[in-house]
Formats: sequence, C-alpha cells, structure tokens
Amino acid sequence: MARLIRMDGTGHTTLAEWTAADDLAFAAAADEFRAQQELGYIGTVPDGPGKATHVRGLPREAGLVIMRRPIAGG
Amino acid sequence: MAAGHALPELASVPWRARTDARWLERRARLWHAWTLLYTVPFLAAGAAMVWLEPLLAPVALAAAAHAWIIPELYAHRGARVARAQGRRNERAEPVAQGLLGDLLGADERELQRRTGLALEPGGLGVWVVGEAGALLVVGGGRRVHCFCVRATEPDLPPSDRVAHLLLALRVDEQGFATVANHAFAGAPWRVRRRLPARMRPALDDARRAARLPSPRSR
Repeated sequence: MARLIRMDGTGHTTLAEWTAADDLAFAAAADEFRAQQELGYIGTVPDGPGKATHVRGLPREAGLVIMRRPIAGG
Repeated sequence: MAAGHALPELASVPWRARTDARWLERRARLWHAWTLLYTVPFLAAGAAMVWLEPLLAPVALAAAAHAWIIPELYAHRGARVARAQGRRNERAEPVAQGLLGDLLGADERELQRRTGLALEPGGLGVWVVGEAGALLVVGGGRRVHCFCVRATEPDLPPSDRVAHLLLALRVDEQGFATVANHAFAGAPWRVRRRLPARMRPALDDARRAARLPSPRSR
C-alpha cells in the first residue's frame, strides 16, 4: 500500500493510501496531492539511501510520497 | 507525472550562482584570507609594542586577545547552524523521529538519536544536517563549511526539521547549498569546540567519512 504523508506539527499525517491497481484510491490521493501543493507543500519521493526526487504530480508506482514545506536560508 | 532534479526553492534565489566544489573552494580561500587579515595585524601590533616598549605588554596582550576572540566569534556563528533554535515541538517528536529514522541507515539513525544530527555523504563532501542548518566537511576532513537553512514551517518537531533539510539535500545537493546561507568556512576543530558536547561525535564521524574514498565523487 503506497502512502501520501505530510510532515507537519503532529510529526506526520497520512493523507491518502492507494495501490497501483486501485484507480479510485489513486485519483483521491492525486487530488489530495494537488490540494497540498496549492497550500505550498512540495512533493518528494525518497528513492533509497542518499537520493530523493521532487515530483510535481503523484507518481502511481511510488511507495511513499512525502509533502514538505519549502526550505530557506536562515 | 513530472519529476525534477532541481530544488524548487532555487526559484526564490535566482541571483545566486550555483554552489559547486569550485565555489566552495573559492569561498574557503576567502575565509582563510579574511581570517589572516584580521588576526595578523593585531598580533604584529602587539609584538611591535612589546619590542618598542616592554611596559606596553598589557596593551599587547589586549591586541592578542582581539586576534583570538574575533575568529572565535566567527567559528561560533558557524557552529550555531547545528544548534537547536527557536520553538521546538517536542510533543510530536517521537512520531517525527520514526519517519526520519526510516530515511536513514542504521548507523546514521543511531547517530542522529544520540546527537540530533544526521550524517549524509554527498558529492560535495560529507554533510551533517541539523534542525536549522548543515555542516559540510570537505578536503578529506580538513575543512568545514557551515550553512544556515531551515524549513519554513515553525511548528515542526525537531526530527521533521532535519527530515525537511535531508530530503531537499537528497533532491539537489548543489541546489540545497545554493539556497542555504553560507555562514562560515574553516578548520573543523574551530567549529567542534563550539558545538554542544553531544553533537561533537557527528562532526567527528563526518571527518572520518570524509577521509574515506567515496562512491560519490568528492
């Protein structure tokens, strides 16, 4: 089961779950992904040790997609 | 699905040159020259005073103190990027720590739990990622660059702050260094002595890792 989670004040919140074969669940997750983008969150897929990818849409095959806030120089 | 290897936050700093190995080397030389520029004159003036008039030794000591204090202040500014700063949402920390632990290998996870800092080998060097910034150890462990950078959400628990920076770093290492504000470059021992004792093992491990040949070119 793939998960869309958001890092927030609770640690993290699971926003949606889907499987590649479940179109309805994936469509709902994709809607949630877009809604989070509109709130300013950035989608990132951890690709294993030392690697991650910025995604602009929800990848159906990903196991975990993390929504994060932008970073800025302090 | 569109995916990108460039950090989206780069759009907020379009005027900055991309931070690569040459940029870091240039910046390190500037810091070295700058350090000499504000220490040597104080030391020279102190020595000259004692040579001309030994009774001026107390003034010469004050000049030497300036030569010592000013670099210490800069190193303090560098070490500060690794320290916890601002409001901390400790209540949600166990949940956040679980997620961050999933992003780290076993050794790095254990180190992060002990020190609060995440070790991340990269192409530019070995990173030590904290809540509000990151240290980059380069040159076989002989030099450290300090970057001030943080997540823009103020209510995040500490481990989520680290995870934000770690994910951004993994997406685009040079972009991450470009978005961050460069705070200091110099010898690691100058930063280490200014770090809280519990954080020092992370910098020590980064120095050791920086001395090893890496699969990602440094």
